[in-house]
Amino acid sequence: MSTAALTENPAKRQRYVAVLLDVMSRPSGAIGLSLVVFHVCLAIISPVIAPYDFKLQDASLMLSQPSNAHWLGADHLGRDIFSRTMLGGREALLVTGIATPLAVLWGGFVGILFGLTGGRLDEVLMRIVDAFLSLPWILKMLVLIVTFGTGLEVLIPTLAFFYGIPVIRIARAATHDVIARDFVWAAKARGHSRISIIWRELLPNVLDTLMVEGAMRWSWMLLAFSSLSFLGFGVSPPTPDWGLMISDARGYMSFAPWGVIGPVVALSSLIIGINLTADALAKALGIDRAQKAPV
Amino acid sequence: MSAPAFINIQNLSVGYTSQSGEIIRVLRDVSLSINRGESIGLVGESGSGKSTLALAALGFFKRGLRALGGDVEFDGIDMLALERDDLQAIRGGRLALIPQNSGQSLTPTLRIGQQVAEALRLHSQLDESDFEARVVELLTQVRLPEPATMVSRFPHELSGGQQQRVAVAMALAGEPDALLLDEPTTGLDVTTQAHILELLRDLASERNMAMLYVSHDLGAISRVCDRVVVMYAGEIALKGTTKQVLLAPRHPYAHGLLASIPRLTQTSLPLALDGRPPMPGETITGCAFADRCGLADERCRSTPPPLKQLESGEEVRCFHPDRIDQLPVVNKAAANKTVTQKGEVSADHGGDALGLNQLAISYAKPSLWNQLFSSGSTPPATVDNINISIRTGETLGLVGESGSGKSTILKAIAGLISPKTGHLVLNGEARLTPKVEDRPALHLRQIQMIFQNPDDSLNPRHTIAQILAQPLRLYFSLTGEELRQRSIELLERVRLGSHYLDRLPSQLSGGEKQRVAVARAFAAEPAIVLCDEVTSALDVSVQAAVLDLLNELKTQQGTTYIFVSHDLAVVKAISNRVAVLYQGRLCEIGPADAVYSGPFHPYTDVLLGAVLEPDPDFVPKLSADDVVELSPPETGCPFQRRCPRKLGKICETDTPPARLFDNGHQINCHIPETDL
Amino acid sequence: MLTMILRRIFLGLATISIVSLIIFAGVEILPGDACTQYLEQDQADVELLEKCRDDLNLNRPAHQRYTEWALGALTGDLGMSVNGEAKISDLVGARFANSLLLAFFALLVGVPLAMLLGVITGLWRDRKPDIIFSTIAIFAMTIPEFVSATLLILVFSVWLGWLPGIVLTSAGSPISEFFPEILLPVIVLSLVMTAHVMRMVRSSVIEVMASDYVQMATLKGVPYWQMVFRHALPNALLPAINVVALTIAWLLGGVVVIEVVFNYPGLGRMMIDAISDRDLPVVQAIALIVASIYVCINLTADLMTMIANPKLRTMYLRK
Repeated sequence: MSTAALTENPAKRQRYVAVLLDVMSRPSGAIGLSLVVFHVCLAIISPVIAPYDFKLQDASLMLSQPSNAHWLGADHLGRDIFSRTMLGGREALLVTGIATPLAVLWGGFVGILFGLTGGRLDEVLMRIVDAFLSLPWILKMLVLIVTFGTGLEVLIPTLAFFYGIPVIRIARAATHDVIARDFVWAAKARGHSRISIIWRELLPNVLDTLMVEGAMRWSWMLLAFSSLSFLGFGVSPPTPDWGLMISDARGYMSFAPWGVIGPVVALSSLIIGINLTADALAKALGIDRAQKAPV
Repeated sequence: MSAPAFINIQNLSVGYTSQSGEIIRVLRDVSLSINRGESIGLVGESGSGKSTLALAALGFFKRGLRALGGDVEFDGIDMLALERDDLQAIRGGRLALIPQNSGQSLTPTLRIGQQVAEALRLHSQLDESDFEARVVELLTQVRLPEPATMVSRFPHELSGGQQQRVAVAMALAGEPDALLLDEPTTGLDVTTQAHILELLRDLASERNMAMLYVSHDLGAISRVCDRVVVMYAGEIALKGTTKQVLLAPRHPYAHGLLASIPRLTQTSLPLALDGRPPMPGETITGCAFADRCGLADERCRSTPPPLKQLESGEEVRCFHPDRIDQLPVVNKAAANKTVTQKGEVSADHGGDALGLNQLAISYAKPSLWNQLFSSGSTPPATVDNINISIRTGETLGLVGESGSGKSTILKAIAGLISPKTGHLVLNGEARLTPKVEDRPALHLRQIQMIFQNPDDSLNPRHTIAQILAQPLRLYFSLTGEELRQRSIELLERVRLGSHYLDRLPSQLSGGEKQRVAVARAFAAEPAIVLCDEVTSALDVSVQAAVLDLLNELKTQQGTTYIFVSHDLAVVKAISNRVAVLYQGRLCEIGPADAVYSGPFHPYTDVLLGAVLEPDPDFVPKLSADDVVELSPPETGCPFQRRCPRKLGKICETDTPPARLFDNGHQINCHIPETDL
Repeated sequence: MLTMILRRIFLGLATISIVSLIIFAGVEILPGDACTQYLEQDQADVELLEKCRDDLNLNRPAHQRYTEWALGALTGDLGMSVNGEAKISDLVGARFANSLLLAFFALLVGVPLAMLLGVITGLWRDRKPDIIFSTIAIFAMTIPEFVSATLLILVFSVWLGWLPGIVLTSAGSPISEFFPEILLPVIVLSLVMTAHVMRMVRSSVIEVMASDYVQMATLKGVPYWQMVFRHALPNALLPAINVVALTIAWLLGGVVVIEVVFNYPGLGRMMIDAISDRDLPVVQAIALIVASIYVCINLTADLMTMIANPKLRTMYLRK
């Protein structure tokens, strides 16, 4: 049913347009995509439209309630919460926006490679990957961050590396599925080179799975990033970040809960948006996704 | 008939609401009555709605479908109005279903005994304590081996034929007065099929049951049913006695269908029926069959014909049943070329296109664990001792049941599997490198393969143009306008218009996809084309068209074919020579006529005896049991464990010698020539 | 059958060995060593550095240290904390028990609830119960635990005052003293876990209810609920074993954030503290423990599946 729209225009570019339209026609897709687009736009234009400088501290305003001047009030250092909330997604989106495609690329590449290798080598390598995955994600990342620091140049590769590993399993499984099909055997029987088969037969059919996986990776990476910031290992102050803001405001929750609400709503809406989009995308592409725990 | 029929369906329409809100009909105004003791066959191809009709008799509709109008009565009870509890009391009890795919229809986590006992618990009057005995009794009745141990097995431990028998036992447990059978023998080997059908015949007559037998296999129907109903596009096209329908059908579709089935008694190719059946949802003006019908006129195309009763008793949905005789019966083109219709083996070609020498192939590959820890001896090769020379321009048919190794041999020729021992010789001179990656372009081009499942053999992401471009670019480096022109030519040769170029495989029907696969194979201008069950996944009426096409191409190009199939009639229709395989070893090889008319290898005898011709007077011969063997024996004749003519110890120890007859007919058997 | 079990156990042990190698190698690769990390100086006070290295025996070759460490771990001796004062096994003992407690209650609440809700949402697909619970699940799954934890603290502790929002009990206290403080952390943990498992059980139930054998059971005359319990659920819940195992494994990571948010004295918080203090031997030890637990859980899940799934069971019994 999802490909009903596709049958009219089979050319490739038109296919992507058709998929996009299909996603938007679903309620989950429409809501999700709007949220994502909203947040991305916000991240881009917020420095221009934010009413206050995020660094500006005004001791007299410490923990003040929402007012006409400050719509969400001020935090424990007297900074405007509304502005900081608007800007809070920038770091997160920048880091995850770069790290996600990197993760999918490297994980996908290795996964396809493993999937094609087969045999003993593949078995042994997967055992090692499994062993690696058995360590809690937070541990792995923190060790690297603590050693090398929390700059972007550490966060992005770290996230990309660790979140690419589960993609290996998925790309490998997808590869196994595709190469068992007759059209791949047919190409092999015709004598096409290995590279040609990977590029022409395999990739176009694995791409869909990787796209959906990429969307999910992005949401989990955001989760991880904000958790790291929350724990104090991500973004460094005074850079505004939702995770960090929630951590800061926690202590004052009993009498100044507004410091928490802004970033909570912002962060949650973005992550939910990505998840809904990924869900709609999977349905539009006809991919059956097994529910898995993150990482 | 004064008393109402036992199963009485009147004017039933079934359909679903599509995403766009339209009502799509799967069954249109269908009426069917079955009396006790009567067996009715329901015939149709994909899209005909026959399965939906059978399930409707139980008052059941698949998810999304619902009754749009009409009545369904069972023994006077309105099945559509019944409460769920009352329905469940009847289902599986007085009215039972034997499903299509028993392997999937048995619950994987329950033992066989438990599942049959469940039927007893629900529908019989027996005491709980008597269940065990009754279950064993039922399993014995359906001729399952070792019924006492079978009771504690799980469904996945049984073979397809055994699972089907369990389904029969489960249905019988409820002491049914009526049976519904939905394609109960699809996917089973010929010999298994024959056994199950005999069982059903006996049971039906014993219990005076009403039976509705749904199938596309006319041979099976002719064996079991008294009357036949032919369905097309959700409607009944023809109703009559089995004799009437199968021997002298008065509806053009039924006529075309029967003509398109290859028969063992025929010498020419079957007559192809052009086009394809309409899918549910397609708008139809006039008769649904008009666009494929040789008798269609303006009236047929504008007004849908009603179901009319003829003097002889049949009911026909056609305006011109009297003009049936004007339709061709035999493939005219083929009739003129009875000698050369399979491609003349030209004298000046001479020599062999392909030689298989001492070919042995093995699938077993021990895993890391097994290699480290176990020391078991190597199992016997999947395929062994194959020595065949295929002459240029001939069609060699490879027949056998599952496990015969026929597809494995094709894969080895194509270079997708490396043989354990032995080698392949091309054109009498060049040795074929075992792996396809190592072969030179010349060899690659000359051997092309067509696969069984058209859904799987075309890349769903590529347009037809891209699919055809691949061999053209690879072998001939064609580009641009030249490439496009050639692609259009290829499509024309398989009778597809140029507008197909920009379509995706998902937009084509099964038959059309297979034609594209054929076009793709011929794009390379090959010398040898390997056909791996190329018609098995297609509707019956479409099969004949593909066979016709293959024959035409062969006549034009003088291609050599190696044609693999489990369908004996299809193989006979298209092959010059036939090789019979069992468990990966060669039993018999020779000219098609000789192999099919005798003398026979004992296995060939069993195989041919089990084939069901769509002729009500035909009686199959059942000699061996339908035991599925998992692996070939270590030594001796591959057929030793099932052979009804086994001589003795010698069959187990020594490889059977070749017995030679006229025309290169060879039978590998210990029985001497004079006794075969 | 026995060989299959032994083989699986062997593979599990092999995985743990590989993990220990990875942990050790990972730590080795990092610039400097446990001492430089801890003291955060490469050059200054060489004396201190030397003493530290001596205490921890860092001067010996890597493979020797690895073997000592690995063998020690097997016998329960995880070495010394980097400040040379405490035995890691002592430190870890109480914390480990606390984390276990948390996980145990979360599972006790979460798993049965998830199964129940999964079955309900699967059977009443796309109707009211499904829409309600699935929406809640989506929220619970996508929102970071620290966010849900914060929200719940806000609602139940700050506004309603029903439950304490922070754990003040010390590490070595007996179990009873952890109530009622443990309630909110357990709720947060099980919330996320339940959501994941529920969604998975739901899709499994839907798949099974659409299967041929369920249809056949209906056509055989089996009443609805009998069909659900006898034919559908045993098949639908089979894959749940593996998902529960996976979720437990994920829990091991997620519990860290919860412990920090609620100040719970468990292994996770200890790990964060050790990382902050650059106490590498402790980090190594905790990593090994957690990874081993993960592998054992997977092993158990695999074995349970082997026993429960007739296809796997009979594969090795009737040969």
